[in-house]
Amino acid sequence: MSWLFLSSGLFLGWSLGANDAANLFGTAVGTKMVRFATAAFVASAFVVLGAVAGGAGAAGTLGRLGAVDTLPAAFAVALAAGLSVFLLLKKIGLPVSTSQTIVGAIVGWNVFTGRPTDTKALMQILSSWIICPLLSGLVAALLFLAVRAAFPHFKFHLLKVDAWTRAGLLGVGAFAAYSLGANNIANVMGVFVRVSPFPESTSFGPLRATSVEMLFLLGGLSIATGIYTYSHRIMLRMGSALTALSPIAALIVVLSAATVLFLFASPDLEHLLRSHHLPALPLVPVSSSQAIVGAILGISLVRRSPVSPRTLGEILLGWAAAPLLAMVLSLLGLFVLQNVFRLPVTSGPPRQPATADAGGGCPFAAAARPLNQRLSIGL
Amino acid sequence: MAMSLLFRRTKALEAQIDELLNAISEGTLVFQQGVADYLQKDEERFQQHLKAIATFESRADALRREIETRLYRESLIPDHRGDVLGLLENIDNVIDEAKKTLNQFAVERPDVPDDLSSDFLELAKAGTDASQHLVSAVRAFFRDITAVPDHIHKVYFYEKEADRLADRLKRNIFTRDIDLAHKIHLRYFCLHVETLSDRAEEVADRLAIYTIKRTL
Repeated sequence: MSWLFLSSGLFLGWSLGANDAANLFGTAVGTKMVRFATAAFVASAFVVLGAVAGGAGAAGTLGRLGAVDTLPAAFAVALAAGLSVFLLLKKIGLPVSTSQTIVGAIVGWNVFTGRPTDTKALMQILSSWIICPLLSGLVAALLFLAVRAAFPHFKFHLLKVDAWTRAGLLGVGAFAAYSLGANNIANVMGVFVRVSPFPESTSFGPLRATSVEMLFLLGGLSIATGIYTYSHRIMLRMGSALTALSPIAALIVVLSAATVLFLFASPDLEHLLRSHHLPALPLVPVSSSQAIVGAILGISLVRRSPVSPRTLGEILLGWAAAPLLAMVLSLLGLFVLQNVFRLPVTSGPPRQPATADAGGGCPFAAAARPLNQRLSIGL
Repeated sequence: MAMSLLFRRTKALEAQIDELLNAISEGTLVFQQGVADYLQKDEERFQQHLKAIATFESRADALRREIETRLYRESLIPDHRGDVLGLLENIDNVIDEAKKTLNQFAVERPDVPDDLSSDFLELAKAGTDASQHLVSAVRAFFRDITAVPDHIHKVYFYEKEADRLADRLKRNIFTRDIDLAHKIHLRYFCLHVETLSDRAEEVADRLAIYTIKRTL
């Protein structure tokens, strides 16, 4: 039964692979610098590595946002997030944010069960949705200006530049895939951390993996499956949908996005910055699609090249709609699990509102009760 | 492993492009020498240069085809591939033109009056100079993009010079007291020698656009 519930996380992982990983190699494959088969292999390998080796950082913030504590609820939350990505991906055909859908779905669980939403964690996440594309755009614009100023002084053969750019796109793409695995595995498997069906320790010969590492490995493999099965079309569109990019600009886009993803995912970097009394970015799962789009826009502004306003509008609409749709689907899923399948969607008692005992007299009492109580139907 | 293979292939292709440009450069120099030999009535050297230019032209053709195939087969420089192929095909027309003109000297044997020899030679030199600077411009396109405009500027200069010399030569031909058929035959060769610089100018025009496109 546990495995059945975990399937929604795997579905979410699949949509993340099909969608977010397409961002990382989209510009490389779209500009025909890297073949899809090569991109898919490198992205899959490094996503799995990032998920297992560095996935713990951003998972904590999601856990603080909403501690989904039963497997059926985690199933509903992950399914709502995955389904939102899939529906929006199908509908507008451009990458939406998996990070946003999982946050929307968790907030949906909080609303349904009457658990308080950690406003500090929520604000951290919401601010990251603004900071991430802005920071990525800034990094990309500065890098682009630096490369453009330095480039004419290096007399490299056109073919050599081509070869180095290919190598760079693969290398930086691998770094980005690692960062994606480390940062976004929290989206895929974060809600299952507290309810992992794996034993405390699993042995693979001399190697031992904890329950969380096994979860993240499984999540990483589901992301890899998404990359192989569905990301090709998105990659081709991402390479040219917003604006025409040269291969070197494509490399700068991926490098900027990977850097920003890494900044938001590395506990070591956060510790280093804090130990030197420097401001550190919160460890939250940020969206690779936001980072990529921010970087493309940063370069377009510097180059003063035209950006398709229709495509940009669709992407922004997708970003706004994704968390809301996920929240609605999460509420719906939790309602069905609780009332149709009689499955527990929370292990503890819901938050008791201050006016709960005034059920008869206070006109707001009904509204103050958690949704899972108000929406219970006797079957 | 894959990367070192990629860099090895790139190096080999770079060498082939250099070899192609060398063939075109040497071919046009041989053209100038061949015209001089014909005008000086040095038949033996003229025949040697006729053979040499044919060798350079067929070598350039073979290299161009090989480079084009490799660029496509190995999916190299996807953003500039069309431009590079267009460039290589058009620069190949320069040596084709040089070979064709020298061959026409061999077949039609125009009777060039001695006092017009220096004008014909000067015209051939202007065409060769335009071609030489074009080859330098194409080399710069691959290695040092900022230097391309300097070379293109010289191509345009020598093309204009060739136009001026050709005009002077044609006027000189048609003011002479010789048969009209002879005049027309000489003008025909004047046009052919002049065409070399026109071909170089056509490629330079394309190259100017490709250079703008190559900026980041």
